[in-house]
Amino acid sequence: MAQALTDALDLALAKDHTVLVIGEDVARTGGVFRITDGLLQRYGDDRVIDTPVAESAIIGVALGMAIAGMRPVAELQFMGFSYPAFDQIVNHVARIRNRSRHRFTAAMVIRIPFGGGIGAAEHHSESMEAIYAHAPGLKVLIPSTPYDAKGLLLAAIEDPDPVIFCEPIRLYRAVKEEVPDGWYTVPIGEARVERSGTHVTLITWGAMTKETRGAADLLATEGVEAEVIDLRSLVPLDRRTLVGSVVKTGRAVVVHEAPRTAGFGAEVAAVLAEECLYELTAPVERVTGWDTVFPLKRGEHLYLPSVERIAAAARRTLQG
Amino acid sequence: MFQLLTPSGDLTGPSPLDLTMTRRLYRALVFARTYDRKGMVLQKQGRLATYAPFEGQEAAQVGSAAALEPNDWMVATYRDAAAMWMQGYPLELLIAGRTGDERGGSPPDHCPVLPPSITVGGHMVHAVGLAWASRLLDERRVAITYFGDGATSEGDFHEAMNFAAVFSVPCVFFCQNNGWAISLPRSEQTRSETIAQKAIGFGMPGVQVDGNDLFAVYQTTSDALARARTGGGPTLIEAVTYRVGPHTTADDPGRYRDPAEADEWRRRDPLERVRIFLSEREAWTREWQDQIEEEAGNEIDRAVGLAEGLPLPTSSEMFEGMFESMPSHLVNQHDRAGVR
Repeated sequence: MAQALTDALDLALAKDHTVLVIGEDVARTGGVFRITDGLLQRYGDDRVIDTPVAESAIIGVALGMAIAGMRPVAELQFMGFSYPAFDQIVNHVARIRNRSRHRFTAAMVIRIPFGGGIGAAEHHSESMEAIYAHAPGLKVLIPSTPYDAKGLLLAAIEDPDPVIFCEPIRLYRAVKEEVPDGWYTVPIGEARVERSGTHVTLITWGAMTKETRGAADLLATEGVEAEVIDLRSLVPLDRRTLVGSVVKTGRAVVVHEAPRTAGFGAEVAAVLAEECLYELTAPVERVTGWDTVFPLKRGEHLYLPSVERIAAAARRTLQG
Repeated sequence: MFQLLTPSGDLTGPSPLDLTMTRRLYRALVFARTYDRKGMVLQKQGRLATYAPFEGQEAAQVGSAAALEPNDWMVATYRDAAAMWMQGYPLELLIAGRTGDERGGSPPDHCPVLPPSITVGGHMVHAVGLAWASRLLDERRVAITYFGDGATSEGDFHEAMNFAAVFSVPCVFFCQNNGWAISLPRSEQTRSETIAQKAIGFGMPGVQVDGNDLFAVYQTTSDALARARTGGGPTLIEAVTYRVGPHTTADDPGRYRDPAEADEWRRRDPLERVRIFLSEREAWTREWQDQIEEEAGNEIDRAVGLAEGLPLPTSSEMFEGMFESMPSHLVNQHDRAGVR
C-alpha cells in the first residue's frame, strides 16, 4: 500500500504544477513512513517541503496556499499529532467555502497515518476518524487496499473540497497487490463489497478489514456466509450499499479499532436503525476498541478487536 | 517608536504623502469613523449582531491599507472593517456580515480580501500560505495580516511568524496593539517590552510605530511591503494605538479599566492631528468637513439599505455552502429541512 500511495503522489506532482507536498520530514527522509520517498529529488524543494515542527501552521499555511490556487497535500505524521491542527482543520479548512459562500475554497488533502498495532509510542496509535467525520465540511476517506489507496488518493487530490485521508499504518506494508500504472480514481463515497455472503453483514474500514476478513474465513468453516463491506469513505457514507446488504442478511456487525462511545460504528448502527430496522433479525453488534487510552506495545493485544471477538459477535446475531 | 506627525499636528520628518493624498486619506479616516459609529448605533437598534468597534484605530488601518497594491492579499479580523474597505471589500458586504449573513463573507472576484477572521490568531497562518503561493505562482503579491495584541499570545501567531521567516515569504504582520484584549491589558498579555521585539526571536525585522499617526503607519507599511515584494521576507509591525470603545457591544469597559485612560487617548486622536496638519496648510475647511461627513453618511446608509435588503437566506444556500456539489446525505437533510 505504501508504494501505491507514493505512486499516486508522484503522478499528481507530475501532472499538475499546483500540487505540492508539505509536512514534517516529508522531503529529505521521505516521511516517517517513506510515503513521499524520492519526491524531493524529482520535484524539488518548492514542491516537496520540509517544514518546522508545527502542525497548526502546516495545515493553516496549506489552506492559504489552497485559497490562492495551489493543491497542497499536507502530511501530519500520526493522528495523535493532528490535534494541534484541529482548530485549523475544523474552524478554517472545513469552513472557508461556507464562510465565503464559495468565493474561497480549500481543494486540499490532509494525509494522516493512523491506528495501532505496530508497537509505537504513546499518541502514535490513535483512531479518531469519527471526530473528523463529525465536523461539517470535510470528506473522510480510509483505504485498506493498495488499489483503493492509489485511486482514492488521486480522487482526493482532484476533489474541489478538503479531504481527510486516513492511512492505516498497520497496512502500509502488510497488504500487497498489483495496481494499474497511470492515473485512475476510485469514486469518493462508494463502499466496496469485499466478500459476498447472505447470513450476516460485517461492516468495517481501515486496518480492521484484516481481522474482519479473518472472521469471515472462520465463520465460513462453520457454515456461515458473511458479507464483508469496507466503507472506504466515512463522509460521504454509502448508505445504499450498507443498507442493501443488511436488508439482504438481516444482521450487522460493525467493526472498528477506534473507541466505542461515539465511534463511527454508532453512526452506522443509527443509519441501519433509520433505514432498515424492521429487516433486522438481531440487534446490531459493535466490535470496537475500548473507551480506554490505546495501550503501549506490550498491551496492544488487550485492545485491538480480534478475529475471535468479531466472529463471536457475528454468532450472537445468528442466535435465535 | 516611529512617529512623523505629533498629536498636535507637527511634522517631525518628511511626509510620505503629498497634500492631495493626505486629503484623500483624511476623507477615508472620516469615512471609517462615521462607519464605526454607525455600526454601534445599528447594533443598539438591533439591526446588527454583535459589533466590534475600532474607534481610535482608524489611522492604523487606513494608513497601512493605503500602502497596498490592489491585488495584495489581506487577511484581517472582525475589527478591521476600515482596512478591508480600503482594499476593496464592498461596504454593503461588510455590513451584511455584521447583520449575520454569510453572503457578507463573499467579496467579488477582484477583491483579494478574505472574510474577517472571528477566531483570534488562526488567520495569520493563512496569510503566510497566500504569500507563499504568490511566490510559487510568480505573482509578486504580498499578503498582509491584521491582528491585535491579544493574538500575539496565540500559538498560531508564533507558528505563522516562524514559517514566514524560515521560508522568507512576502508577508507583513500588522499588529494593532490597542492596549486591551477584551479585559486583559497589554501589560499582562506579555512580558515583552514591546510586541515589535518579538520579531527578533523569529529572525525578522520588527518595527514599533505610532499607530495613531497616519504618516508613520503609511511609511512603515510601505517599507515592509517593498522589502517583501523584493524578496526581503516578512516584517512585524506593531502599531501602538488604543481601542477607545468597548471590545464589542456585548462588553462594558467600565468593569476593567479607568475611563480616564480612554480620555487620555482621545487627546491623541488619529483624525485630529491630520486635520490640524491640513488646516495649517489651508487644505481643510469646516465646509469640506461637513461635506465629507455627509457623503460618508449617505454612502453608509446606502450600503446599510443594500445589506438589509438582502432576502433572508434559504436552507438551500445553507446546504449548498458546504461542498462544491452536495453529497447525498446533505441532499437528504436538505429535503427534510424544508419540512418543519
